[in-house]
Amino acid sequence: MQTATKISDDMRVPSKSFWHKMPIIAFMLGVTCILYWIGAFKADPHRAMYGYLFAFICVLSIALGAMFFVIVQYLSRAGWSVVVRRIAEFAMWTMPLMLLLFLPIAFWAQDIFAWSHIEPGDILLEKKASYLNLNFFMVRAAIYFAIWLTISWWFYKTSAGQDAGNRPEDTRKLWAMSAPAVILFSMSLTFASIDWLMSLQPHWFSTIFGVYFFTGCFLAGMAFMTLILLCLQAAGILTKTVTLEHYQDLGKLMFGFTVFWAYIAFSQFMLYWYANIPEETEFYMHRLQHGWEYVSYAIPFTNFFLPFFFLMSRHAKRNKIGLATFCIWTLLAHFFDLYWIIMPNFGAHGLPEGVQPPHASISANDLVLLAGMLALLVAYVSYLIVRKNIIPIGDPKLAESLHFENA
Amino acid sequence: MKQTSTTYGILAEYDSTHGIYGACEKVRDAGYKKWDACTPFPVHGLEKAMGLSASKLPWMVLGAGIAGAALAIIFMVWVSAFDYPLNIGGKPTWSIPAFIPVMFEVTILFSALVTVFGMFWLNGLPSWHNPLFQSVRFERVTDDKFFIVIESSDPLFDQVRTQKLLEDTGAINTEVLEA
Repeated sequence: MQTATKISDDMRVPSKSFWHKMPIIAFMLGVTCILYWIGAFKADPHRAMYGYLFAFICVLSIALGAMFFVIVQYLSRAGWSVVVRRIAEFAMWTMPLMLLLFLPIAFWAQDIFAWSHIEPGDILLEKKASYLNLNFFMVRAAIYFAIWLTISWWFYKTSAGQDAGNRPEDTRKLWAMSAPAVILFSMSLTFASIDWLMSLQPHWFSTIFGVYFFTGCFLAGMAFMTLILLCLQAAGILTKTVTLEHYQDLGKLMFGFTVFWAYIAFSQFMLYWYANIPEETEFYMHRLQHGWEYVSYAIPFTNFFLPFFFLMSRHAKRNKIGLATFCIWTLLAHFFDLYWIIMPNFGAHGLPEGVQPPHASISANDLVLLAGMLALLVAYVSYLIVRKNIIPIGDPKLAESLHFENA
Repeated sequence: MKQTSTTYGILAEYDSTHGIYGACEKVRDAGYKKWDACTPFPVHGLEKAMGLSASKLPWMVLGAGIAGAALAIIFMVWVSAFDYPLNIGGKPTWSIPAFIPVMFEVTILFSALVTVFGMFWLNGLPSWHNPLFQSVRFERVTDDKFFIVIESSDPLFDQVRTQKLLEDTGAINTEVLEA
């Protein structure tokens, strides 16, 4: 059979490929960056942990975005995505690494979250204390990770189990489980974004915040996965199975979610701007002063207008250099967005009347740590790539995916 | 079979997608421009076999979207900042955030209307009649048969040679249609 020979060529990374060196190189880079950051941590743990939270959320959002991609492929019984799905499965199965990276946040939570030490007379926080307290915070974090580890482990294990063949009935199980999985996923992601991001500004609230974070997650996950695919193809791997048609669809999804991100981000802003209630505008007031206004005005352009007009064209989505540029841009724009959410909160809570919060600044330590965590993520994913089948060869919809064309 | 100057074109009938696919390639390679393929369902890749270029529709929609956004913003700024300024919640009359939802909606409205009616226009719709309807065999185009029609307005059209070409492509039947 013609397709059979094609797939077996692409199933594993060739032993001579550069990709076999990737895990160790990326791992060494990651460890070096984290060791560098530990120096900064010793000097100022409070500030360094803010950078840690930022870097952690950045890499976590990639894994969560990939997880949503996998779940939604089964939920929609998708055929087109089978040849690219395994890479997303690898990216989501980095969840054990995410749990490991979360532990310092659990240990140093008091340095990050202002609500962990309520000042007397802060009535709002006293009312919220039954939710925002350290014990319950840890319990919730344990629940989120339990959900994410279970979903990523089970979906990866069941999909990889089909590779040996003769298990097409597993696809039905994956379809059936994708429905409860997507509910658990969206609930846990929403609450995690409230706990780890929104509660940094504990007086403030936004009902759309979970969706806002989710959209960023999906964009980051898709961009990461597409970038890995493009890098694999640049090394001559997967060249016979993944075609421009798949890239165009990945590009379409990213284009759609770029628009969705702008829709959500603007909805949140416009309602608060219109109503003009102090406890709601607090978030934007601070970000429109103290040097953060430049970031606030830049974000609509970096995260929406530029990618929107760039990716609108069919040619940009079908051009590998163009798509790779967009993926890198999207990842950076997503990190920029998270920096804008997290960093203005540093030193901004519980200030006496008349004292201004610190001026906007960027620390090289944050960026080095982010590079380190990304390197660890790449090390983990490339470790899986060189050791496992990179195509779900047992998937009953594989043939459909191989012949997929955009009509 | 009539030989008149009012010939509309020649209709060829095929049994399968495979048949019409190969036939389209041959008609395309023969250099015909004013011809079409009619199938009961979309045949993947047929546009390549026919040598069709990309549709102009996306560009029309892009233009409509930009026009809609521009029209909405100009109109709202004119109304609320120049023609009839109102104080709404103490906000400036030039409040762009308030205009964005309307801008978005008008962009979508213009794009959607141009998508639908532009598609009609490019397809030559609406039309009361098409000469293809005089063929009884053509009725099965909505059932299980595939057709190619080459119009007489094509510069390469020659009744005898065109009919011969279609017969050579494996057509199970050919017929000349009057205008």
